[in-house]
Amino acid sequence: MSVLIYTESENGKFKKIAFETASYAKEVAEKLGSTVTAVAINVDDTSELSKYGVDKVLSVKNEKLSNFNVKAYADVLQQAATKEEAKVVILNSSANDKYLAPVLAISLNAGYASNVVALPESTSPFKVKRTAFTNKAFNITEITSDIKLIGLAKNSFGLKEHEGAATVDAFDPTLNEDDFSINVEAVDKATGKVTIADAEIVVSGGRGLKGPENWGMIEDLAEVLGAATACSKPVSDMGWRPHEEHVGQTGKPVASNLYIAVGISGAIQHLAGINASKVKVVINNDPEAPFFKAADYGIVGDAFEVVPELIEKLKEFKANNA
Amino acid sequence: MKILVCISHVPDTTSKINFTEDNTKFDTNGVQFVINPNDEFGLTRAIWFKEKQGASVTVVNVGGSETEPTLRKALAIGADEAIRVNAEATDGFFVAKQLAKVVEDGDFDLIIAGRESIDYNGGMVPGMLASLTNANFINTCIGLEVNGDTATATREIDGGKETLKTSLPLVIGAQKGLVEESDLRIPNMRGIMMARKKQLTVLEPVEANQETKAVQFEKPAPKGEVKLISPDNVDELVNLLHNEAKVI
Repeated sequence: MSVLIYTESENGKFKKIAFETASYAKEVAEKLGSTVTAVAINVDDTSELSKYGVDKVLSVKNEKLSNFNVKAYADVLQQAATKEEAKVVILNSSANDKYLAPVLAISLNAGYASNVVALPESTSPFKVKRTAFTNKAFNITEITSDIKLIGLAKNSFGLKEHEGAATVDAFDPTLNEDDFSINVEAVDKATGKVTIADAEIVVSGGRGLKGPENWGMIEDLAEVLGAATACSKPVSDMGWRPHEEHVGQTGKPVASNLYIAVGISGAIQHLAGINASKVKVVINNDPEAPFFKAADYGIVGDAFEVVPELIEKLKEFKANNA
Repeated sequence: MKILVCISHVPDTTSKINFTEDNTKFDTNGVQFVINPNDEFGLTRAIWFKEKQGASVTVVNVGGSETEPTLRKALAIGADEAIRVNAEATDGFFVAKQLAKVVEDGDFDLIIAGRESIDYNGGMVPGMLASLTNANFINTCIGLEVNGDTATATREIDGGKETLKTSLPLVIGAQKGLVEESDLRIPNMRGIMMARKKQLTVLEPVEANQETKAVQFEKPAPKGEVKLISPDNVDELVNLLHNEAKVI
């Protein structure tokens, strides 16, 4: 009876969220007096998981699983959970994990709590704290089923290192034709660009920038910080920026370490979507902008003067701290 | 093509969120309810299919009679008929079970549900419904074409998108991108008049258990005051981000 986790990877390497899931699972397992088993699919070297408290790795190597496929991946995890007699299964909050979780919940007959932000408050009854109302509130959810499925909210727990070495077992689940009833025709992914989902820092622009031609300084600021670029809803609705950059309640959620909002007033829907970010900075010429109530740091000033200045100062800082 | 659009009845995006009964219930006092935005993007695409390719559009909600104005709005926008399963939407699993019964009885080809509701943000109904009815499932769907029995869909992934091909019956988790904000429809007087005459069937729920229970709510701790930095002293911001916030 172990705690089972899915450790997401890309091109044979773990994503950072895999280590966060492992760190979290280790402490859940300690509460339960249990161990952590990780399922890794087509990962070249799984040894790094030992560092984050994983006791055992089920390593799956299968050509057919080279593209993410929801049914097949859920089937792999279901078989692993059954084999390990797992009572708690933990995923993260990436697009793939959120796609997998409800499908897995049905095949495991498990109650599922998504967007979980902390360790279980109690394990009997099993209660977890999750965000609700798009970060405007928290909700304590009791999972009443025998098997519990948790979706850990991104960047909510951090990485915690542990001593130890994980054993690695090859795992060869049985896949059937029905697992592949959805075919991936094409994947279109920007390479070498920081994505909003994975970014530690996000730089976001709003209507205050006056037009798409002024986005150069947002991109420059993002570049010096190694950040992803994002935008507010009106900016995406007006077509100044592609809609995949829209962050907020109906756009992408942001849970970065640092969120810098330039020329964004801070409508309630925008703030809801970015509220899970740890530190928020606002630059706006209107001191009455609601964003100042949500931010940790603010500059009341003209973005066209402040941002270039900030870029220069950050460059100096990076040069001195390289 | 028979399309079912699952509608959640949720507080308007501008609502202030409060709780009552010792923080165990959402306080609906003074709250305006709307069609869940993710569902509305899906509904708008469904109506596009109806107009361009010939399809029937049924909308369904699991909830009490107070949700009927939201279903009527969906009818006013262009859905053909509505179903309300007369039960409190207690958890995602319970709701998915109710919807699965509607899907099986109605023999739907395409089932559209928002990727998540903006109230509980569970994100579980579309995937669970697909699994319960043995349909294919595509989440975070930002593009959908249907040709006969074949569907081509675009799914938003972290940092990009992918194109998927599959067959009907299909459940999609809808979101912005499936249609644009500017494609959303505001009901006109004629639509509102017609909606009054359209069929709204009330069904009793099927037996289903609940696997999760929302036992308590909390509001985030009040935020401290923003630290204001003079625009003439941008250095100070860099310093604070490095030494105090420790994020750079």
